[in-house]
Amino acid sequence: MIWVNDVVQGILLGGFYGLLACGLALMFGLMRIINLAHGDLAVLGAYLIFLLLEHWHVSPFLGLLPVLPVMLGLGYLLQRTILERSLRSGLLVPLLTTFGLSIVIQNLLQQSFSPDVQSLGASAGSVATASWQITSQLSISAIGALTLGVAVLIFGGLQLYLSRTSSGRRMRATAQDPDTAELVGIDSRAVYARATAIAVAIAAIGGMFLAIRSDFYPYSGPTHLIFAFEAVVIGGLGSSLWGTLAGGIVLGVAQTIGGQINPEYPVLAGHLVFLLVLLSPRGGILNLRRAMA
Amino acid sequence: MSLLGIEHLEARHGLLEAVRDFSLSVADGETVALVGANGAGKTTLLRALAGAHRPSGGRITFDGVDVTRMPAHRRVQMGISLVPEGRRLFPGLTVEENLLVATQRRRPGHWTVDTVLEAFPLLGRLRGQRAATLSGGEQQAAAIGRALIANPRLLLLDEVSLGLAPQAVEAVYRSLANVIAQGATIMLVEQDLTRATSVADRVVCMLEGRLVLEGARNELTREQITEAYFGLGRAAGVEA
Repeated sequence: MIWVNDVVQGILLGGFYGLLACGLALMFGLMRIINLAHGDLAVLGAYLIFLLLEHWHVSPFLGLLPVLPVMLGLGYLLQRTILERSLRSGLLVPLLTTFGLSIVIQNLLQQSFSPDVQSLGASAGSVATASWQITSQLSISAIGALTLGVAVLIFGGLQLYLSRTSSGRRMRATAQDPDTAELVGIDSRAVYARATAIAVAIAAIGGMFLAIRSDFYPYSGPTHLIFAFEAVVIGGLGSSLWGTLAGGIVLGVAQTIGGQINPEYPVLAGHLVFLLVLLSPRGGILNLRRAMA
Repeated sequence: MSLLGIEHLEARHGLLEAVRDFSLSVADGETVALVGANGAGKTTLLRALAGAHRPSGGRITFDGVDVTRMPAHRRVQMGISLVPEGRRLFPGLTVEENLLVATQRRRPGHWTVDTVLEAFPLLGRLRGQRAATLSGGEQQAAAIGRALIANPRLLLLDEVSLGLAPQAVEAVYRSLANVIAQGATIMLVEQDLTRATSVADRVVCMLEGRLVLEGARNELTREQITEAYFGLGRAAGVEA
């Protein structure tokens, strides 16, 4: 029964990782950009909500609403001003650019908010602490269920957008062959800007859940980036959206089971699964190399 | 009146000069066949005209507008469409989706998803199928249809018969005859000289990036074209 509980907790945790990984996978699948600032953008989203909450004492879920359009705009501008330029110079330059961006965001956050550890858990009210006791050894936390539910909604919504709308169709076409997309009248740069806007906004949603579930500080982005990155790789490198959510869930389950074996092991177990996938002939390094080629 | 003007165009791939000092003017409604050996610069020229390859020098004007630095998607809007070499359909999209993505910047006109599916009957029953699963001929039909949807005034066709069965080539050219009859201006790269001279009003021959021979198809003999194609005239000149 303990193992059932671990798997359930792992799945719930995986929803959170999937949410953090979603934007990363979208940008990598479309533009082959590994956005090293993705974790910091999530933390930035958390700080923006924190800022709103300091002035108006509302729930973080309400605070997220005005932050989303800001993050959409920020993503759009980021692509138009910085990433677009660096994309023109090959695959390595965006990696350096987003690495630099990550440092800039961390320092700006430190400057404006002090290095104190913050959390939005208290302002979220009972959602942050409530749970349903299913059996004596199995309980489901409200925030865990909500995170997974939101993740499924976002992945589903994005999937619908990509498969059903004309704008999403153009995004798929551009991902498959940007050169030809231009030749049939698609403005690839506009498509990229839209995708980055969506990715950054979803990062902010991930950031909100991060802030409610645990705590955040100006330099906490990279710790979350690594889990998001592992979810993307385990899930097939952004080639399918649901794969990324599945990747997050595999990572989450690996961590909770690892934690059950030894309380010191959760993170290590996650990394081991990630390495196994990377080394496996089907899903791993070969695939990564092909994707980067 | 000239629809397309190319003046002293230069295009390179790194150090390689693929197109050198190329000038040509194409009249509205004309069909021009571009012939030349592999590596003569035909594909690079077409890609430069479509906006997929940035020229390193010279000028391209379309309908009186300088389009030399204009991105490809805006040229589509103005009426320049390229059917690229190797067809280049979006493999993961269905036939219908491949056509639909091309509708964003289409000009008003005869061609829509429905009229394309009518004009290429073999595509009709494949509309829900992923492009990657199509045969070469089917892919070529879809690629031409996708370019037509923009209702181009200038249609650039790069080796549309390459790798196709003879019947498929026949079908492709039959459908092109319809397009030509509707008054479109066409520039096509074709390896089959007989085919090229039968559809085109004018033949332009390229050698090592330069224009070496051009003329109305009834003015040029097959020998003249062959000589220009292989650069035999020049070799003879050196000897003399």
